[in-house]
Amino acid sequence: MTALLIVALVALLQASGQPAPPPAGGNADNGKRLYIKHTCYFCHGTAGQGGVAGARIAAVARNAQSFIRYVRQPGGQMPAYSSKILSDEELTDIFAYVRSLPPAKSVADIPLLTQIK
Amino acid sequence: MGRSDRGSVGRRRFLKNAAAGAAAIVAAPSTSATAQQVQGQESTAPARTDVYSTDKPGADFMVDVLKSLGFEYVAANPGSTFRGIHESFINYGNNKSPELLTCCHEESSVAMAHGYAKIEGRPMMVMAHGTVGLQHASMAIYNAYADRVPVYVLLGNIADVAYRRSDVEWTHAVQDAAAMVRDYTKWDDAPVTLGHFSESAVRAYKVAMTPPHGPVVVVADAVMQEESIPPADRGRLRIPRLSTTTPPAADAAAVNEVARLLVAAENPLIMTGRAARTPNGIALLVELAQLLQAPVNDGPQFTLRMNFPSRHPLKNAGVVANADFILALEVPDLFQATHAMTPINRFGMESRLTIKPGTKVVTISASDLLTRNNYQDGGRYNEADLAIPGDAEATLPSLIEACRKLITPDRRRAIDARGVKLAETSQRTRELTLEQASWGWDASPISTARLSAEIWNQVKNDDWSLVSDTSFISNWPLKMWDFTKHYQFIGWSGGYGIGYGAPAAVGAALANRKHGRLSINIQCDGDMNYAPAVLWTAAHHRIPLLTIMHNNRAYHQERMYITDMAARANRDVSRAGIGNDLADPFIDYATLAKAYGVHGQGPIDNPNDLGPALKKAIEVVKRGEPALVDVLTQPR
Repeated sequence: MTALLIVALVALLQASGQPAPPPAGGNADNGKRLYIKHTCYFCHGTAGQGGVAGARIAAVARNAQSFIRYVRQPGGQMPAYSSKILSDEELTDIFAYVRSLPPAKSVADIPLLTQIK
Repeated sequence: MGRSDRGSVGRRRFLKNAAAGAAAIVAAPSTSATAQQVQGQESTAPARTDVYSTDKPGADFMVDVLKSLGFEYVAANPGSTFRGIHESFINYGNNKSPELLTCCHEESSVAMAHGYAKIEGRPMMVMAHGTVGLQHASMAIYNAYADRVPVYVLLGNIADVAYRRSDVEWTHAVQDAAAMVRDYTKWDDAPVTLGHFSESAVRAYKVAMTPPHGPVVVVADAVMQEESIPPADRGRLRIPRLSTTTPPAADAAAVNEVARLLVAAENPLIMTGRAARTPNGIALLVELAQLLQAPVNDGPQFTLRMNFPSRHPLKNAGVVANADFILALEVPDLFQATHAMTPINRFGMESRLTIKPGTKVVTISASDLLTRNNYQDGGRYNEADLAIPGDAEATLPSLIEACRKLITPDRRRAIDARGVKLAETSQRTRELTLEQASWGWDASPISTARLSAEIWNQVKNDDWSLVSDTSFISNWPLKMWDFTKHYQFIGWSGGYGIGYGAPAAVGAALANRKHGRLSINIQCDGDMNYAPAVLWTAAHHRIPLLTIMHNNRAYHQERMYITDMAARANRDVSRAGIGNDLADPFIDYATLAKAYGVHGQGPIDNPNDLGPALKKAIEVVKRGEPALVDVLTQPR
């Protein structure tokens, strides 16, 4: 009975979508490699700029924990990436890479866009 | 002419005297002749001295009929079952009105006609074999059908067994040529006499041009094409007058009810699919929207037509979830626009209504007048409060007038106040759009926002026409460029059959040529590879067209689907490129273009090099030639 209860509790925790606390830090270089390898750029672009297929993720204010939570249980059309595909540690690295992406130039500093405006 | 005169003996006579022609090459018993030569033998059969000729082939009359319909062009990949009419077009018809366009694939012929019709508002003719040619053409015909675009297809076929000279002609013959595409054409016929052809050819044009528009098929029997017009018929054959059909406008009582709901609504939303068939359609939509200060949104997913000016403050200023009244004009899949779809398991999707309870929905669509069973382009059943069968554009004048009569001074004030708020929302949306475009501005591969801004910078002062879709580049042109005219955007294929983009752009550019417009095609790489030889057709016929490759080096939509499938199965997503990537080797589109006689540049991966490259290519296009710039781009 005890064993069954433990299994049930584990299942409940998994179903709740609450990931374990992620490792601190994160390796942005490895995150970049994983970002490309695991096809994040397909929808979010190599600069994290987003587009019609996925939201911008560059410079989006999230912490690693909320980032991982979202990847595990995304909204919209994004597929859920389980821990069988990317571990929390790997997602922390990807988060570190995403956070390292440079912010956009100001529209005011881009003549082609100011002309359109 | 009696049946015995047209028998196999007469046919053999013709063959003997036509041996120098291409037709005879198809059927020449080359194997036997070679064997004879090897054996040093000569035929013992006496040489024939009679000559079979046709002083007035039936094809000449067919050309007279087809010329009466005013076609500018006939697109064709050559085929023996329509060789008679091909020859009549170029000699009897002097290759003018219509002029023959040499195509390298029947799918290209039809897609060119599809793009042409979207600019010109009337059909181009296509000729094809009734069998293998139509098989090639069929996907493009389906696109035209699903997109409600008129295309006029003339099929060759040898119906009479006694006239089929070889295995080639037997395998290219068919009992019911149009059967293969009957599910996705509006009308077809296989006339058995020239008089019958005359009537059916004119009727087909009328059917194609009656909303909802669509492709039609007429079979031109090869024997009728090639044999002389029977002397007894020469004096009595006539060409019927083309009697055009007035577009079906909606019932007056229904229009009055829609007007009442529109004027009373606090947050009305006009949703457009293929609402504007003509330039006047845009003007009417602007008039209605401004009268009501109602936002005009494109329908779900792909933008299907140039319906409304892109920078108008009412354009895409509405929110479906906030609307208390939705008027959907020629929207093919309203269900998608009013529902969120979420996969619940592998057997189905869960749909959730995204409009408020009590929101009234009214549809006006000519597509309600055209229903087919097999192909499912009709979308899900819509539970509209009122579904009005009729052509939206033809209905707009009476709807505007009915609304105008109902607007009281109180309603006018409320409507105007709504307009002020919508204009503010529109301006904020525009600022956010440009801010979004700035992300990844200097990235390589080049962002699709940067690509679109660089193109706009080069063409904004010209009389331009975007002859391609924008969905695969995150719709940046529709969000950035100043679209005001009907010919400035042609939408997507309708049936989502890939391979449409490049030939449709060439056809649309051909329609633009006589107006001196600068035609721009932002071309997906996957689409280009279905039938790239349409570039040669553009070069051969001196069709000015600027093609800019959106080269993301993949069938990218499918790559995303495979990622989705792998993630669902908890398997390796990194393998999603297998079967989808266009890499190893990369395709060199500039060299491909050059091989077909088109100016080619690239690949360009530095965004700072893009502007100068475009400028150089546009100079070529302005000289009346096609040009291609290969650009390595972000996936979307």
